[in-house]
Amino acid sequence: MSLTTDGGKSVSVVEAKGLGLTFKTADGDVIALSDVNLDIRRGEFVSFIGPSGCGKTTFLRVIADLEQPTSGTITVNGTSPADARVNRSYGYVFQAPALFPWRTIEKNVALPLEIMGYGEADRRERIRKTLELVNLEGFEKKFPWQLSGGMQQRASIARALAFDADLLLMDEPFGALDEIVRDHLNSELLKLWAATQKTIAFVTHSIPEAVYLSTKIVVMSPRPGRVTDVIESPLPAERPLEIRETPEFLAIAHRVREGLRAGHSYEE
Amino acid sequence: MSMLQRVLAAFAAGFALLALVFEFASTEGAPLPVWEFPAVGAFLVLAILSLVRFRLKLSFWGDGGLAALGAMALMLALDTIQQAEAGYWFALVSAWLFAWLFAERLSGAISKGKVGDAVGMLIPLVFGVAILVAWEAITRGGNVPKVLLPAPSGIWTMLTGNIPQIAADFQQTFMKSVLAGYVLGCGSGFLVAIAVDRSPFLKRGLLPLGNFISALPLIGIAPIMVMWFGFDWPSKAAVVVIMTFFPMLVNTVAGLNVAGHMERDLMRTYASGYWSTLFKLRLPAAAPFIFNALKINSTLALIGAIVAEFFGTPIVGMGFRISSEIGKLNVEMVWAEIAVAALAGSVFYWVVALVERAVTFWHPSVRGGRA
Repeated sequence: MSLTTDGGKSVSVVEAKGLGLTFKTADGDVIALSDVNLDIRRGEFVSFIGPSGCGKTTFLRVIADLEQPTSGTITVNGTSPADARVNRSYGYVFQAPALFPWRTIEKNVALPLEIMGYGEADRRERIRKTLELVNLEGFEKKFPWQLSGGMQQRASIARALAFDADLLLMDEPFGALDEIVRDHLNSELLKLWAATQKTIAFVTHSIPEAVYLSTKIVVMSPRPGRVTDVIESPLPAERPLEIRETPEFLAIAHRVREGLRAGHSYEE
Repeated sequence: MSMLQRVLAAFAAGFALLALVFEFASTEGAPLPVWEFPAVGAFLVLAILSLVRFRLKLSFWGDGGLAALGAMALMLALDTIQQAEAGYWFALVSAWLFAWLFAERLSGAISKGKVGDAVGMLIPLVFGVAILVAWEAITRGGNVPKVLLPAPSGIWTMLTGNIPQIAADFQQTFMKSVLAGYVLGCGSGFLVAIAVDRSPFLKRGLLPLGNFISALPLIGIAPIMVMWFGFDWPSKAAVVVIMTFFPMLVNTVAGLNVAGHMERDLMRTYASGYWSTLFKLRLPAAAPFIFNALKINSTLALIGAIVAEFFGTPIVGMGFRISSEIGKLNVEMVWAEIAVAALAGSVFYWVVALVERAVTFWHPSVRGGRA
């Protein structure tokens, strides 16, 4: 399935071949990833779904050069993950907002810009633009602890967008939020994706979230962490929240659920 | 009124009655009856009359006024009596109970929101004054030998009468030894902590050595520092450096490790270098620890400098003054220096704590929120 280019139509942003990662622990080896072959093309919205321990977060961290694979190859933007990280070619959104409490919202968004050496005027313009993109205008001078959890996570998305990386890696960004806030942020995220044309890799353990957001759903299963199914979504690009009631949507959700169940069949 | 307040009110009036019954004081063995002191008599009579509170409403300001009147009358009486007798002590207890009752009712009124929070400043003030009044009354009324415990008024007279000398001592000990030693000790502890954090070799080599230095006894170090750096303030500053270095070192090393994994990963995704991660993430996160050390050291530094002056010093300095005046049994001067040292230490601590609040405003412990 690891096709690089499709007649020049789309370019691979992330390409993994036979990727494996084994953690050495005191209790012996833990196989977090085994023989993962995957291709993420430019402009795709790819969700990784699976129970905990299936290696979905680990895979995202390998792309981000936060973990080192023990076998196989992976390229990000055609280079090694380490080079991609040094080139600042991706933005990472963590499970928690991880905003610095001593910085205001605008200063938090400015953090990567300061580190990457953007000029003062450029910085201000980018802060304004990204905060507008996540609907946080007017909260520039607030501190993170003065905002709700949903607003904090939006600020952390703004921070990941501020330096215009083409690839956005999101590790269960809405996992800690309640259903209503989550629905809202999901539709916001789709709009943002349409507006910015970014490639998004999104880790989740919610089936509706994965189906609603993605153009491609990667179903994973644990022990050892591996890919069991890759589903190309036939849903249209324009997705109102009501799309979740349609038969097409439910059919994909069913297939994801079947994939997850298959991965679980040998245990419990 | 609460149960406690009822009991306090009843006992305050009861002790006032006892004060009227018992012998008040004596001079040269001759008894001095209470009616020779109209102010005290007025206080005692009003105190007994305050029992009407069980029928009518009596403001807590009334209790405050009674406590103040009683304290003032008893202080003035000290000038004429030679030996306080049972009546005097009962009156003192009565005034003290009124002060307690006042503070009790005032804090109750504040928590119910009946009076402003600013009035709450009165409570520690009442507490402090009550201690001073009791101290003055016991030392002078009970004729406690000065060598054991001088009266606050005597200490105050000594303090105000020797301002130039005490100011010179303060200048020598605090402005020179303490501040120089504090800045050098905290500064070097901080820098070494960053080096230790950077290098595993130093972590193994220097951290145990820092521990070793902190375990050295002050009394052994001080004379050696005098040998090395001379009699003047630099040797005292050196002792302060040794005392303040280690708390700063361990606190900063601990603080540099509190930044979370997620925040570190975040900096890594930005390909942030060592120094930019240090200044933008790890040091701000370590600030509460660093200020902890600064606060501990603010009082340690003063103790170190004063004790160090016991081991060779020019004829100026708070520690020198204490050691030489105690030799002359001029205990009031010793207490005056102690008072100045305590005040200076408190103000120093308070200033550091104030800066801490401004810098670590974001920390849950300061803003009173959740993490």
